[in-house]
Amino acid sequence: MYWDREAETMDRGKLESIQVERLRETLRRARKSPYYGKLFRDAGIEPEQVNSVDMIKAIPFTTKDDLQAHWPYGFLAVMKDEVIRMHASSGTTGRSIVVFHTASDIAGWTDVLARSIYMAGMRKDDVFQNMMSYGLFTGGLGFHYAAEKVGALVIPAGAGNSKRQIQLMRDFETTVIHIIPSYAIHLFTVFGELKVDPKKDTKLKMAFIGAEPHSEKMRKKIEEFYGIKAYNSYGLSEMNGPGVSFECPAQSGMHIWEDHYVVEVIDPETLTPVPDGEEGELVLTTLMREGMPVLRYRTKDLTRIIPGQCECGRTHRRIDRIKGRTDDMMILKGVNIFPLQIEKKLMEIPGVGTNFVIILEREGNEDSMVVKVEVQKEYFAGDLKQLENLRKRIVEELRSDILITPKVSLIEPGGLPSTEGKAVRVIDNRKE
Amino acid sequence: MTAYQLSIFAENKPGRLAAVTGILAKEKINIRATTIATSDTFGVINLIVDDPQRAQLALSKAGMTVNLREVLAVLIEDKPGGLDKLTQMLAKENININNAYGFVLEGHKKAVFVVDVDQMERAQKLIERGGFKTLDTEALSAIEPFHYMKY
Repeated sequence: MYWDREAETMDRGKLESIQVERLRETLRRARKSPYYGKLFRDAGIEPEQVNSVDMIKAIPFTTKDDLQAHWPYGFLAVMKDEVIRMHASSGTTGRSIVVFHTASDIAGWTDVLARSIYMAGMRKDDVFQNMMSYGLFTGGLGFHYAAEKVGALVIPAGAGNSKRQIQLMRDFETTVIHIIPSYAIHLFTVFGELKVDPKKDTKLKMAFIGAEPHSEKMRKKIEEFYGIKAYNSYGLSEMNGPGVSFECPAQSGMHIWEDHYVVEVIDPETLTPVPDGEEGELVLTTLMREGMPVLRYRTKDLTRIIPGQCECGRTHRRIDRIKGRTDDMMILKGVNIFPLQIEKKLMEIPGVGTNFVIILEREGNEDSMVVKVEVQKEYFAGDLKQLENLRKRIVEELRSDILITPKVSLIEPGGLPSTEGKAVRVIDNRKE
Repeated sequence: MTAYQLSIFAENKPGRLAAVTGILAKEKINIRATTIATSDTFGVINLIVDDPQRAQLALSKAGMTVNLREVLAVLIEDKPGGLDKLTQMLAKENININNAYGFVLEGHKKAVFVVDVDQMERAQKLIERGGFKTLDTEALSAIEPFHYMKY
């Protein structure tokens, strides 16, 4: 039942002493990167002096802005020829970040994710269909390597093409899938159209769902639709990707692997730690990465540490389902999108006015984005064709930037409610 | 002579046309013709009125997005082939009509056909040389449209 019994069940004292050792080593490595090298000199941080995990608090936080500002090599802590792979955050032009991995980084990531999926119940005799996109996104390749390591037969199906997905599932008797929750719901409707019953006509028993925040209700729906167990997971490219935190069969919170990460939860306003059980922003430090260590990374994700020990016997603490974000990032179909990014693109298009609003909808079982855009008063030349062309151009420009096709409505100048103070740019109607 | 058409950008939702006509009624502006073109969630209301400049001002003041553009108001015969004569001529000269609409005048003898074309000046010369009369705002205001109530 354990992939790595010693690592998964070691007592807290031992775990902490491993953390101290690895933290010291991580700081030594981080110091070799241009960014942390300067930071350590300026702040007078001496990795050799670190003798408790608590001393991590002397290190300033790292943010996404820092990673972006030092694109592409500012955080690289090894010679470039040691790097064997890179990943970059999803489709967010102008806001991308890059993460470099050495051979040992990939091995470490693969092992901790293998530990996670083995914990959920995947075994050598399983057939694993990976329905995530392969490429810069970490969800595809990350799971691919981990499932191979467990020894399952891996079907690298990639994202989309629902009919083929269902065909693959039936032909090769897939038992485990990795899927974005909203797509799992959508795929079920395709099953219906094809008159295939996933409960009777497939061998499915388990799904790994992630890459998108979702509710407990949504998980229950997926489990009910397919007659399977669905396990939640949490990860982010900056911390490798999937495998940071994963649910065990108890399905009551996600174990966060503390031999690979130092976990802090802070108050996003005061930046001071909050006690276990209380909600705050998750802050993570890599402990096993050599190519690009990242220290005290502010994930912007809101969660809490679930107090108490899990019935499964693992000693690594659990985090709760992600409650939201401290920034305005939207996640739609697994793609990270910032309102600012949309604003930037819109303002480059002649004829677009100053006000716009993004509405996220769940129609049936599919998420979609509606962008309402005010037209510039002076732009209007009295003809419909011109407006229709403007609308098409906005759709096209946004699609090429965010990789999602939005519905665009043109609004009369002044037609959107004007805002006092902070503009309300996003209305999320996807709440259940 | 050229006439003016008012175009108003409006979202496709209840009350938008009423808002336009409400303002014009208050300003005592007479509407001679109207068409609406819609595309999904928005559209354009086109109006021929007796005082386009004043109408534009009033609508703009109310916050509406208004455009005033030149169009040709061509007087045609109200009989079979009356419109055909005009459109055949424009087609032969390769002039594209972006928008057009018409209304019949009193007595069924004449009709007015409003065309919004891509080569305004050339089209105008051509139409006038072809024996058609074009109307300006003043002339449009003076003519009496056919009225079904008046037997």
